[in-house]
Amino acid sequence: MGVTLTESAAKRVQTFLAKRGGIGLRVAVKTSGCSGMAYALEFADAADKDDLHFESHGVTVLIDPKSLPYINGTELDFVREGLNEGFKFNNPNVKNECGCGESFAV
Amino acid sequence: MALLQIAEPGLSAAPHQHRLAVGIDLGTTNSLVASVFSGEASVIRDEAGHALLPSVVRYLGAGAKAVVGHEAQASQSDDPHNTLSSIKRLMGRGLRDVSNVSDMPYAFVDAPGMVSIETSAGLKNPVEVSADILRTLRLRAEAALGNELTGAVITVPAYFDDAQRQATKDAARLAGLNVLRLLNEPTAAAVAYGLDNASEGVFAIFDLGGGTFDISILRLSRGVFEVMATNGDSSLGGDDFDQRIYAWILATTRLPTPSPQDARRLLTLARSAKETLSSAASAPITATLGSQQSICLTLTQEKFFELTADLVANTLKPTRKALRDAGLGVEDIKGVVLVGGSTRMPNIRQAVADFFKQPPLTDLDPDQVVAIGAAMQANVLAGNRKGDEWLLLDVCPLSLGLETMGGLAEKIIPRNSPIPTARAQEFTTFRDGQTAMSIHVVQGERELVSDCRSLGRFDLRGIPPMVAGAAHIRVTFQIDADGLLSVSAREQSSGIEAAVVVKPSYGLQDEQIAHMLEEAYSGAELDMKIRMLRENQVEGRRLIDATEAALAEDGEKFLSPPERMEITRCLHALADIIETGGNDSVKALKTACDALNQATQAFAARRMDASVKTALAGQRLEDFASAKPVPA
Repeated sequence: MGVTLTESAAKRVQTFLAKRGGIGLRVAVKTSGCSGMAYALEFADAADKDDLHFESHGVTVLIDPKSLPYINGTELDFVREGLNEGFKFNNPNVKNECGCGESFAV
Repeated sequence: MALLQIAEPGLSAAPHQHRLAVGIDLGTTNSLVASVFSGEASVIRDEAGHALLPSVVRYLGAGAKAVVGHEAQASQSDDPHNTLSSIKRLMGRGLRDVSNVSDMPYAFVDAPGMVSIETSAGLKNPVEVSADILRTLRLRAEAALGNELTGAVITVPAYFDDAQRQATKDAARLAGLNVLRLLNEPTAAAVAYGLDNASEGVFAIFDLGGGTFDISILRLSRGVFEVMATNGDSSLGGDDFDQRIYAWILATTRLPTPSPQDARRLLTLARSAKETLSSAASAPITATLGSQQSICLTLTQEKFFELTADLVANTLKPTRKALRDAGLGVEDIKGVVLVGGSTRMPNIRQAVADFFKQPPLTDLDPDQVVAIGAAMQANVLAGNRKGDEWLLLDVCPLSLGLETMGGLAEKIIPRNSPIPTARAQEFTTFRDGQTAMSIHVVQGERELVSDCRSLGRFDLRGIPPMVAGAAHIRVTFQIDADGLLSVSAREQSSGIEAAVVVKPSYGLQDEQIAHMLEEAYSGAELDMKIRMLRENQVEGRRLIDATEAALAEDGEKFLSPPERMEITRCLHALADIIETGGNDSVKALKTACDALNQATQAFAARRMDASVKTALAGQRLEDFASAKPVPA
């Protein structure tokens, strides 16, 4: 399972990585936010030794083992909503989300 | 759900704590807003895909919302009195500071501090108009970022003085923006280029906008930006090129003076012809005017270059001056950055390339460079990047100092000092028992206060009475990161303090700055002479004061009538020269001072002996055995 990227998300990430440098994308879950959990999406310059590596459309996705259960099976998409564009998590584990969707509960 | 951006490692924000920050280029002709998305700065476009927001505001009447941008620009010829453009030229200005009032079709009302314009929605000052532009950009940015903004970095020309910077900050506050920092435009351009390309060395930033020209020489090293020199022409820009085409249209068609509407129409046509000529060899100009007269012309690139050759040459004069100020030659410049839409003109690019003997950098869109640099800086200031990776240094364009005895300007912060900066210098009292000191803050390069610009005054009171020269008064000048000056004075023994934050109501124009500099160079020799004269006059007055005080105290005791007469004669002779001697009296002053010193030598010696005797009276020699000799 792990985390996958849609083609448009992968393309976007690759563009960023090509400009910025770095080995891939780190996806994690932090325990904060109004509904318990929050996503963290960061560039990765180095892998930790416990990191799980996933490959999706040519992008390396790094996930620490503690975060994986919360986001296993998530598909990361890149979307445009009006003027706003960014990454969106389609996470099958989510039971509850706060109104803005920035944090969630499983 | 909310859309996420990728953060730098370890820096992803907690939910609802995204620090959204933007950079805003508030331009004379066009304004832009940019932000950093997933580590990359880019310009935010409106729904129609426009990056540029014309800095034009149309007021529709009381209560109605102001129209900003393209729509307002389009109505400029229909409603010239209520459609305000190039408002940046009026920021922080009084009516008499604005040179080309007659060229603007507005009903000006002079208000204290800043000019206002009568519109159908009432009186509007430039701060309010700029706020309308900034508000439009804020709403655009919030729509794109999906949340409220934490703050903004707004760019201003390097030459903007305190009043203009303050006005810009006020406009931002009025628009609901939190100003993280004002950033000089060339520095922003350097940020955009310097970091993206990791360049080091000395660079020239050549910024030809719609209405202003600025040239800055920057040194980039190890991530530190230092502005070495700036120069420019505040009334030279793309608009002037439009005017040349406009004048050419009128001359070619032998049109009588057109109505305001037709004039606007023709100017718009002139502008689009100019833009066409940046990539095409010729541009058609066709229109039907209000008078039913139709125009059908073709302007060739060659003719356009000929019409504007002197304007192009005019950009090189300040460029030369800036290089000279920086103490550099063309060969020291590692790269030239082009900023401003007007640098798209091939004749400008050619002139720049010829002057600097290298092709200018054009990797980034010249319209967007400044906004992108500002966005990158905003991103750092908002805390979305590790903070101390880079530091920005700007300079103050003119020396700052204070008035000393004799109307002389003592410079505390020299011109082109990197800011933020703080410098202190000690001053002292001139008269015995002086308990107050008036601090007069001045700006300029000349030696005489009357030739500099007065920024403000304040008094330091409550100095304990002491003999002249004994008080230690430390005056500190501080310029903050936004270029605003504060001055404080502190008497060291008593600790009393006084301070002022300088916010002059009227600003200086670029050309005034340029003029002041020119005067400083051409007047250097005269200034030096006058300084010497004033210094000698001050010394003479001090001598007279001291002699008179001594005469009043001990004159009877120690002087024979002829001696006293001789001293009085020398005293009068000196006073005469101080009062009536012309600019060439330096030598005479020195001679008279020497004569008085000579005449009082014996008197001074007797007084000294007497005071030593008084001090030693009743004491024995043994008491002094351990006293150390005091060097003379």
